[in-house]
Amino acid sequence: MKRTIILLLLIVLAGACWGCSEKPQEKAKEKAEEPTASVQQPVQEQQPAQEQQPAQEEKPATENEPAYGDAMRVGSIGDASNLIPMLSSDSASSDINGLVYSGLVKYDKDLKIVGDLAESWDISDDGLVITFHLRKNVKWHDGEPFTANDVMFTYKTMIDPKTPTAYGGDFLQVKKAEVLDDYTFQITYEQPFAPALISWSIRIIPRHLLEGKDIVTSPLSRHPIGTGPYTFVKWTTGQEIILRSNPDYFDGRPYISEYNYRIIPDLATMFLELKSGGLDWMGLTPLQYKRQTDSESFNKEFNKYRYISFSYTYLGYNLLLPLFQDRKVRQALTYAIDKQSIIEGVLLGLGKVATGPYKPDSWVYNPQVKKYPYDPEKARELLKEAGWADTDGDGIIDKDGSPFSFTILTNQGNEQRINTGVIIQNNLKQIGIEVKVRVVEWAAFLKEFIDKKNFEAVILAWTTPQDPDLYDVWHSSKTKEGELNFISYKNPELDKYIELARHTFDHEKRKEYYYKVQDILAEDQPYTFLYVPDALTCVNSRFYGIEPAPAGITYNFTKWYAPKPLQKYNVEP
Amino acid sequence: MIPLLLGITFISFFVIHLAPGSPTEMQTMLDPKVSMEARARLDKMYGLDKPLPLQYWNWLKRLVALDFGRSFSPDGRPVLDKIKDRMPITILINVLSLIIIISAAIPIGVLSATRPNTLFDKTTTIFVFVGFAVPTFWLALLSMILFGVQLGWLPISGLKSYNFEQLSDLGKFWDYTKHLILPVLISSFGALAGMSRYMRANMLEVVHQDYITTARAKGLDERTVIYKHALRNALMPVVTILGLSIPGLIGGSVIFESIFAIPGMGQLFYASVIARDYSVVMGILVIGATLTLGGNLLADISYALVDPRIRTRR
Repeated sequence: MKRTIILLLLIVLAGACWGCSEKPQEKAKEKAEEPTASVQQPVQEQQPAQEQQPAQEEKPATENEPAYGDAMRVGSIGDASNLIPMLSSDSASSDINGLVYSGLVKYDKDLKIVGDLAESWDISDDGLVITFHLRKNVKWHDGEPFTANDVMFTYKTMIDPKTPTAYGGDFLQVKKAEVLDDYTFQITYEQPFAPALISWSIRIIPRHLLEGKDIVTSPLSRHPIGTGPYTFVKWTTGQEIILRSNPDYFDGRPYISEYNYRIIPDLATMFLELKSGGLDWMGLTPLQYKRQTDSESFNKEFNKYRYISFSYTYLGYNLLLPLFQDRKVRQALTYAIDKQSIIEGVLLGLGKVATGPYKPDSWVYNPQVKKYPYDPEKARELLKEAGWADTDGDGIIDKDGSPFSFTILTNQGNEQRINTGVIIQNNLKQIGIEVKVRVVEWAAFLKEFIDKKNFEAVILAWTTPQDPDLYDVWHSSKTKEGELNFISYKNPELDKYIELARHTFDHEKRKEYYYKVQDILAEDQPYTFLYVPDALTCVNSRFYGIEPAPAGITYNFTKWYAPKPLQKYNVEP
Repeated sequence: MIPLLLGITFISFFVIHLAPGSPTEMQTMLDPKVSMEARARLDKMYGLDKPLPLQYWNWLKRLVALDFGRSFSPDGRPVLDKIKDRMPITILINVLSLIIIISAAIPIGVLSATRPNTLFDKTTTIFVFVGFAVPTFWLALLSMILFGVQLGWLPISGLKSYNFEQLSDLGKFWDYTKHLILPVLISSFGALAGMSRYMRANMLEVVHQDYITTARAKGLDERTVIYKHALRNALMPVVTILGLSIPGLIGGSVIFESIFAIPGMGQLFYASVIARDYSVVMGILVIGATLTLGGNLLADISYALVDPRIRTRR
């Protein structure tokens, strides 16, 4: 029996080795990538290279020039759910839909609105009518022409009560929508609505395939047809999605021929795949960025990018509680929290202090707001003014007999937030405030604590909006159960500015109003704004054309390329 | 059995609804672009605004027609389709795992029992307990680093390589096997301990029985005594364990599947619970419950078949 086991093991081992040696080409190619990636030698070990052979024999003078071909392999922790854009809200579906479909407008690298399917547009003087002039000669992936009727159909679908979409809100503001001719689409609003323009970046869906059919059971949810730079090829549920470049894309055929989206639920596994060449692009945690990707070989094979991300983390106070109602108390807490040390400890220095709800490089960011550098003395003073002092000598300040003690709540699964809570707990201990940190599962957290306002303070994060409108999170009307102003902040002056800014298209005026808004928030401190983390990514160094900008790096994905000699995967362009 | 099944579905339904949050809430909460009206609309569409007992009754009515309904997640696919996507790979890995466990545990158990307290026995005991104690995900990551990143012998995750389509049929078979080697071996490693200890204990008990002494006295060689007589008797409980492990066949370990990026039942169940996707959760629970009850029945029957002593006890 023992002999049998040994024999079995030997057979298994032998089989594994044989299986490996059967494909020397592939293995050699993947091994060879590491040292030769930066050396401009023609990579001979490509599989059946037909037309590519001649280009490689001569030492190419076109070494680093844009070339078609190759594939980009990306990892995601979740699978997409539905490839009809308005029916899903998860980031994986959104990633794919962003490549398969187009909207009327989009953001360019400086976060200015530019045309996508719309060539140009006019906004009437009273701000009530937007007229889009659409591109001509755009085709759907199945060859049918794109017209304004598709836009009308998309709009109708968004407002249809039978469509299970979460995003109809912006479109309910529309008073009238009209197709003036095949390439002109006009929308009239009840009142000037600044976020209107960017709301038309929603993905346009094909009328000829969906009209008259039930959108929920449409095969398009598994096999999308769009007008975007990539066409859908295949979706193996739970494993991968494959997209191919669209040769007829109206903005020019993308250089990278294939987009391979791999579903790898575990981040550790994803990192290993990245290191062994199975992935070309991955978002990194601060730890990975700073400490685990330092080796020479990694830096040769990958380029790391760092830019300000589109989110900020904050400590929110429940303003219904008497404890947090005095502004001096909130200001004191902000002085007492050492935000820089949170960035050092939690983000390993890869982030910036947040002073308000906007990205530091956004056009509405007010650099002149009141700042709160770490100053525990000042904090103590302010607290004293508010009536808090340690009268019973137990180390915790108190007022009217009750000690200053509260619980910070945050959601399970986010290491950074939990660590931030612990640092805050320590900071506040120094000035005599007792803090407990509690972690709750996400669904319960939202339903039982946030919605019901059953919390004292929370650590959470928001994504910074692309349009600066703050209505949904900060307006006093949004404080009902389930709405986003869950800290119950009501400031009529803030309301006024938010409303003014929302209903004008005048860039300068909006900037003025939003500057005021930031001043008010900085003075009031309804949140202690903590930090804006850096987005950290790495992309395989064989890809050229990546330029970090305020919009990030993905805005020009269709212009990225791998020069011919560096291409790894043989994909017919 | 039917009342038992009904009871199980009843309890499961109400327990999953006890957890805060509903599928539509999970998709729309804390999303600035979703209005309260939109959320109410979604609720109505899915019938989530009806009273709970009515929802249960509706679900039960459809179940009787073997209609498991559609998933509440945005893909809206029929529950059976989602389960059918993932069952085969989970069953395959579990079956392969079971084969390896049995073919390794039985010999180890037998040999440990026939040579109790020898070096062999002691080392295998330590070995299997190490396997039992080691967290499988840690071992998985270590072996991925060793065999995948450093030696490059085996793929790191997933079920097929990038160039799968271009391979010959034999190539495809090998590719698939290579991808399965690590998951199957590592998932068996942990369970090996239990099975082999159980085998050892059974064997030890049997070997001390009178009829074994008789067999030896008769003059039979040791080989026949052990492998023909003792083993057969010691195997009986193992057979029943097989029956009881049938429901385990469709259950996957979510941690394990996540690490190896294998789209199996474990991940489906976990993700559905987190998203409060009631129809998928109920579908999996019903299938699991049916299999458990069936497996139990099978185990009872097989025990009676294999052990004549039980049969006669009417």
